[in-house]
Amino acid sequence: MIEADLTIIMPEILLAVFAMGALLLGVYTTKDKMAPVLVWVTSALFLALAFWIGTTGSGSNAAFSGMFIDDAFSRFAKVAILLSAAAILVMSEGYMARRDLLRFEFPILIALAVIGMMMMVSAGDLMALYMGLELQSLALYVVASLRRDSAKSTEAGLKYFVLGALSSGLLLYGASLVYGYSGTTLFSGIIEAANNEDGISIGLLIGLVLVISGLAFKVSAVPFHMWTPDVYEGSPTPVTAFFATAPKVAAMGLFARVLHDAFGGVVSDWSQVIAFISLLSMFLGAVAAMGQRDIKRLMAYSSIAHMGYALMGLAAGTVLGVQAMLIYMAIYVTMNIGTFAFILSMERDGQPVTDIESLGMYSKRAPGKALAVLVLMFSLAGVPPLVGFFGKLYVLRAAYDAGLAWLAVAGVIASVIGAFYYLRIVYFMYFGEDREDALDTGTPPVLYGFLMASAIIMVVGVVNLFGIEGAAQAAAAVLVE
Amino acid sequence: MESIILFAPLLGALIAGFGWKITGIRGAQWITTGLLFLACAFSWIVFFTHSPETQHIQVLRWIESGTLSTDWSIRLDRLTSIMLIVVTTVSALVHLYSFGYMAHDENFKEGEESYKPRFFAYLSFFTFSMLMLVTSDNLVQMFFGWEGVGVASYLLIGFYYRKPSANAAAIKAFVVNRVGDFGFALGIFAIFFLVDSVKFDDIFAAAPTLAETQLTFLWTTWNAAELIAFLLFVGAMGKSAQLFLHTWLPDAMEGPTPVSALIHAATMVTAGVFLVCRMSPVMEFAPSAMAFVTFLGATTAFFAATVGLVQTDIKRVIAYSTCSQLGYMFVAAGVGAYSVAMFHLFTHAFFKAMLFLGAGSVIHGMHHEQDMRNYGGLRHKMPKTYWAMMIGTLAITGVGIPLTGWIGFAGFASKDAVIESAFVGSQGGYAFWMLVIAALMTSFYSWRLMFLTFFGKPRGDKHTHEHAHESPTVMLVPLGVLAVGAVFAGAIWYSSFFGKTNEVIKFFGGHYEEPSDALKAAVAERSPKASELKYVMEDPPGDAAIYIRPENTVLHEAHYVPTWVKLSPFVAMLIGLFTAIWFYILNPSLPKRLAENQRPLYLFLLNKWYFDEVYDFLFVRPAKGLGRLLWKRGDGNVIDGSINGLAMGIIPFFTRLAGRAQSGYIFTYAFAMVIGIAIFITWMTLFGGAH
Repeated sequence: MIEADLTIIMPEILLAVFAMGALLLGVYTTKDKMAPVLVWVTSALFLALAFWIGTTGSGSNAAFSGMFIDDAFSRFAKVAILLSAAAILVMSEGYMARRDLLRFEFPILIALAVIGMMMMVSAGDLMALYMGLELQSLALYVVASLRRDSAKSTEAGLKYFVLGALSSGLLLYGASLVYGYSGTTLFSGIIEAANNEDGISIGLLIGLVLVISGLAFKVSAVPFHMWTPDVYEGSPTPVTAFFATAPKVAAMGLFARVLHDAFGGVVSDWSQVIAFISLLSMFLGAVAAMGQRDIKRLMAYSSIAHMGYALMGLAAGTVLGVQAMLIYMAIYVTMNIGTFAFILSMERDGQPVTDIESLGMYSKRAPGKALAVLVLMFSLAGVPPLVGFFGKLYVLRAAYDAGLAWLAVAGVIASVIGAFYYLRIVYFMYFGEDREDALDTGTPPVLYGFLMASAIIMVVGVVNLFGIEGAAQAAAAVLVE
Repeated sequence: MESIILFAPLLGALIAGFGWKITGIRGAQWITTGLLFLACAFSWIVFFTHSPETQHIQVLRWIESGTLSTDWSIRLDRLTSIMLIVVTTVSALVHLYSFGYMAHDENFKEGEESYKPRFFAYLSFFTFSMLMLVTSDNLVQMFFGWEGVGVASYLLIGFYYRKPSANAAAIKAFVVNRVGDFGFALGIFAIFFLVDSVKFDDIFAAAPTLAETQLTFLWTTWNAAELIAFLLFVGAMGKSAQLFLHTWLPDAMEGPTPVSALIHAATMVTAGVFLVCRMSPVMEFAPSAMAFVTFLGATTAFFAATVGLVQTDIKRVIAYSTCSQLGYMFVAAGVGAYSVAMFHLFTHAFFKAMLFLGAGSVIHGMHHEQDMRNYGGLRHKMPKTYWAMMIGTLAITGVGIPLTGWIGFAGFASKDAVIESAFVGSQGGYAFWMLVIAALMTSFYSWRLMFLTFFGKPRGDKHTHEHAHESPTVMLVPLGVLAVGAVFAGAIWYSSFFGKTNEVIKFFGGHYEEPSDALKAAVAERSPKASELKYVMEDPPGDAAIYIRPENTVLHEAHYVPTWVKLSPFVAMLIGLFTAIWFYILNPSLPKRLAENQRPLYLFLLNKWYFDEVYDFLFVRPAKGLGRLLWKRGDGNVIDGSINGLAMGIIPFFTRLAGRAQSGYIFTYAFAMVIGIAIFITWMTLFGGAH
């Protein structure tokens, strides 16, 4: 029995053993000198695991009496998490090394966070959920303040930690209410308790709202978003890039899992809350980003807005909705990897620059990169015919089909407003002032490669979205039944 | 061969339009003209050799969409072949004529701007579109040609694009035609809606059913055939410049004169008549719509003739004359004598094209002076043009030997046929009298034109008169060819178009049979002189080129009208002629005094019954006002204003608000979270599905 369970969670065990082994190795041997190698090895392991999970996994398997679930949905999310984490790790290596930030703990912490995320998307029980969530969060609190000598970075870590603790408390309170009113922590049990003939009990409902709040914090949805700009700005840029990608996928995956696996019978109840959160996120992300001059803060608001769109798919509460959410997240992560590859390369005399006005007439000095950024910005804004447009189209269609036409309309309006700040970056690059203190044009090949690959995917992907539609649909179908 | 006729002009247009730099200006002119003469020759061959049965020649499949299936195909029957020779003959001659007429043009910089290839390309393109229209096998293809000639007409009216008046006229022609096209399009939609096909064969076969179908449209229920016939006629009204939609035709004279001859006299403007004849199987089942056609045609004939009496621009006189003659054709079609309508269309093409080309020759010789008050005594300066114009005038006024029917100029045979049919069709009423009065006025203004231009003493600029000259041979040859047609076309084809009913039916590819006794009795009772009804059409609708219901005996009865009716157009012509002689030869001061005595009437006519002014007040100014309102207020204030206000005022406000909320203090952030939770829980407790 236990053997079968272990087989199912073998990828997670492997990764955990690797992380602990690497920690021991690092502490007792060369410490930071082995960090570059460790980064590459960790990324390679991520890739290998992604390949393994993506190709060999099949069917739906439950381990530990249903606490851990391995199905098409979790596999889709895990592959996305692992791939994006690997990409960010590889991208950060050069940047961290040049700033003397490359501690050997960094890849290990990332690996631990990834284990937490994999746990999250596979959770079949409130306890498994919390385990994964905390493992991820604790790792992330540390990496946020990785730059110990910088006040901003420390502040970011601290803020994240305090607010994260608050959200964990809320989540736990909600979980205990749910347990109290359903008598079980297993999702499969909760869904039966919630499926009452006279409707869901009020205690369970309040528990649900609190759980939603805790999860909304993790995806940085309004009104639980306020940590995001500060943390994004304060953390070292590679960490910001990581925050913007893998954890978002994991939190979204967990969100979908809880809502459908545990509360799939009361869609109409949570759908309104999610729709409302989605609406607020889209508009706040669009409106607040306009005032930003710092590209990292801008990307923070951008990710808030994008989470709003992903939540729109979730709010639909249908197979199409979950499918749309998964597609949206995959596209979002791809776009963000490319964008952060560019942000990581924004330097002047070797110092990182985050002011968007420094991009003035960048197109003259680096036409190729400027064009790639243009494509990415248009895609982020959702301009057809780039891939970003199709992501939006999917969630809008899902919302419309589920009777949330007003939300879809609001989404379109918000995307029009949001287009402003994406296009302003393009404006600076192509029509802005030509500045004396221009950015350096040299780019490390790794970053250049990711930037170009991401931009090319945005263009070429319109053909068939690289076939993720089918995989996402299979994943969504498993989750929603 | 039919495909060559159709596509030779297109080829010419493409070569001249896009390839003139390779072929050279001369080359472009010769290629287009050569191809047109080839098409013309083939058309005459087709006219004389094709079998009377309707043939379908598919060129290519065009649209397949649901139940809509449209081929690009040629329907070759008598109607088509008549139109083929009319279009290609006049077009070929106009191409040739344009060599001379367009040789120098002060509207363009000689040697710098190559306007000639453009002109010839447009002419050829027009010809192609017109052929498309007349050879079409279905309404969609016809509409394509219909719009194609509209575009060509627009381009050619506005050919002198530096003249504001030419641009205005081009736009006017286009817009007024749009009104008619709207009706035509509605008609096509109605047909497709009811018949589920746009092919002529299907439509004609369904015509008897349509007559018994009711269709709800706008506020009431209509008879389907009546409604379709009416809507199609609205389209015809626009293209053929019938009353209410006629205002563009006189203004269209802003185009070069060869254009006026080709498009605005001989071919395009007759497309409406052609449409009505082509749709005769439907029209035959729509008596009320046909009565309207008759009424409007007669009114147009009268109206345009009155306006023609007082115009001083030589081209405008002929333009109103065209408008009037089109009214004649519609009257003939309206009373059910389609062959007669086609007859008048056919002869009119020759003599009206000739009059226009003659007028062009005068204008050319007089250095682009168009006001007849500045002409006079030109017959010695340009004798050949004079004789050509004389033949044209004799033809249009209908000179011939009365009571023979056919011995006379082309217009004599066809116009008398129209008037006699109108007498039968309208039971001697409104249409007949309007046409007779119009014939009188036609004679008057045509002779007035002749006398003012070629007789009397030279008036106007002395220098111009001294340098007045005869036009070059290249312009006179077309006049000669058309003169032959204007003299003989009526006499030659009289029996085919307006002979015994059996001859006409045979000519149009149909079969005839004995009429029923009841019908015979009815005809005998109605007009005892015409009691010997021997033949009626046997074919069902759509088999022959035109369809004449057995009950429609206008063609037969028109031969047995009272003698005074037969004489009336001739008498009217004589009165017009003598009045003109009296006014402009014997007592040239009379017109001026008459105009002063009858000033209100004179101004009424001179201002074309104030149609332009009324339209300007009723439609143009309100439309402009509405446009300005939507532009300044709607677009400028409301849309731009609200978008700008939103983008520059409201959204930045929220941006600042969001920025201020982002205080940087943890307690603010935690507070936001707690407030959010409080709101959600309250909401869910109140509105959630909990118990």
